[in-house]
Amino acid sequence: MSSLEARGLEVSYGGIRAVKGIDLTVRSGELVCLIGANGAGKTTTLKSLCGMLAPSHGEVLYEGVPIAGRPSYELVRRGISMVPEGRGIFGRLTLEENLRIGAYTRRDHAAIRADLERLYELFPRLAERRAQQAGTLSGGEQQMLAIGRALMSRPRLLLLDEPSMGLAPMLVQKIFETIRRIAEEGMTLLLVEQNARLALEVSHRGYVMESGNIVLADSAKALLKDPKVQHAYLGG
Amino acid sequence: MTERWQKLRHDHRVVWLVYIALAMLLVALPFLTGAALGRGWVRILDFTLLYVMLALGLNIVVGYAGLLDLGYIAFYAVGAYLYALLASPHFGLHLPFWALLPMGAGIAGLFGILLGAPTLRLRGDYLAIVTLGFGEIIRIFLNNLNAPINITNGPQGVNLIDPIAFGGFSFSQTHTFFGASFPGIYTYYYLFLALALLIIFVSLRLQNSRIGRAWVAIREDEVAAEAMGINTRNIKLLAFAMGASFAGISGGLFAGFQGFISPESFNLFESIIVLCMIVLGGMGNIAGVILGAVLLTIFPEALRYIGDLQSYLFGHIVVDAADLRMLIFGLALVLIMVFRPAGLLPSVRRRHEFGSDASVLAQEQASLYDTRR
Repeated sequence: MSSLEARGLEVSYGGIRAVKGIDLTVRSGELVCLIGANGAGKTTTLKSLCGMLAPSHGEVLYEGVPIAGRPSYELVRRGISMVPEGRGIFGRLTLEENLRIGAYTRRDHAAIRADLERLYELFPRLAERRAQQAGTLSGGEQQMLAIGRALMSRPRLLLLDEPSMGLAPMLVQKIFETIRRIAEEGMTLLLVEQNARLALEVSHRGYVMESGNIVLADSAKALLKDPKVQHAYLGG
Repeated sequence: MTERWQKLRHDHRVVWLVYIALAMLLVALPFLTGAALGRGWVRILDFTLLYVMLALGLNIVVGYAGLLDLGYIAFYAVGAYLYALLASPHFGLHLPFWALLPMGAGIAGLFGILLGAPTLRLRGDYLAIVTLGFGEIIRIFLNNLNAPINITNGPQGVNLIDPIAFGGFSFSQTHTFFGASFPGIYTYYYLFLALALLIIFVSLRLQNSRIGRAWVAIREDEVAAEAMGINTRNIKLLAFAMGASFAGISGGLFAGFQGFISPESFNLFESIIVLCMIVLGGMGNIAGVILGAVLLTIFPEALRYIGDLQSYLFGHIVVDAADLRMLIFGLALVLIMVFRPAGLLPSVRRRHEFGSDASVLAQEQASLYDTRR
């Protein structure tokens, strides 16, 4: 069953078409990546999938229901959660307050408490710093927090926008390890990434985007071996 | 020293004793003030409480939600005029206070939404300019709505407004309880104190609530806040409405207390002063905002004695007191902002992360004048 399906998706900014009619599917339980160069339209695509931008044409189906143009605060309630580009941490709130805002749409206080504890087990580093102001965390910790915060709404589909951005290579490895673990627990994920190699190594399938179009779609293994991908994105 | 202080702060008995002492002080304050400084100062106390309510309302909009509002006094005007028009000989209406107070809060809240709705996409400087315009529009309307149909009585203002009364109890008359005589300004003090405490209580509850966190989230990063499932539009409108309703309550009390209002009481300077109160006291921190409101109401009044001081020191008045008063007032504001840039009592959120003064300034400016979003 497909979790997310976009058909002929088109997004324009003030008359300029940034996404030019793409088809994209994420099946339930799958980890799919969308790779491409800077300015290819990856983030725009993601934003239109989670309700931050309204597509100008095309259809978006989430669990079979059309959602194109629905605002993101509604989609969070339906089970789509997003980790924004640049993390979007609330720096003046404590780490735990950030996580509580992640659970903003929920009212089941006991379960929120339990989820917090589970999350602290998943990320022991965050547990140590739960009362610390989020703005004082390191970049890697902030990214962990951003992912943890997105999980607090108990999503069925998680969208990640450039989780490797601005992080040291070792931390990037750690973040991708975390993403892989979340996927193994059964979460459906769509990952937008410039770091094509890492993204393809953890993903089941991948899409390659170039100037607003999807130019390649295949299993992640096949894409890693594809000479065009190797040449353009993997430095081979 | 600090350790002992920490211990004391966490001892419940000590905390309770402090609260009881504070409560007794607040109860005795009008009598102490009246005896020491005269009736005029009890009146200033009453005004201080009105400003505390106003400042706490603006604190919700600016301090919590980070929406810079320079026309806030308009909501105070709405509350005041609503009371004045519905409880004065102007229209011959004399609605009771218990009905007017919630009405003032509601209508002012509605005006808050009216201002908020078209400005949802604006932030920082842009929002400040639009709200400034809104404040002026309201004032100019009040000034000119005396023709063709006389609604507001124009620049002459509304006179002979009914004093606040509850049942048969009028707050403007002298009452005698337990053998002590309570003149009107004293009973008003207790009414205002009760309502100010109510507003403090609501502010405290809001601060640590889901909505309070949502406001801070919007202030910090609106896109991320929306990604968390926060309906940023409604939550921002709620901030405007809540803040405005506090001002509406305060305005209604002002009209009933004064007995006379005119558009002159609601000019831009008033908006700026209320904003100064929260910036100076410590934005987002309730204790700081109260301190700011108290200082900025009392300090300018205290400066009126500067003429007497000069006569005492030099035998004659050297510089005109009225000129010197605003000069010293301005200087005091500048000094506080130089030495305590995050306010006298900064909120925990702000205090924690600021290492140096330079970073404080940068952060404060970034939050007030963030034009990127």
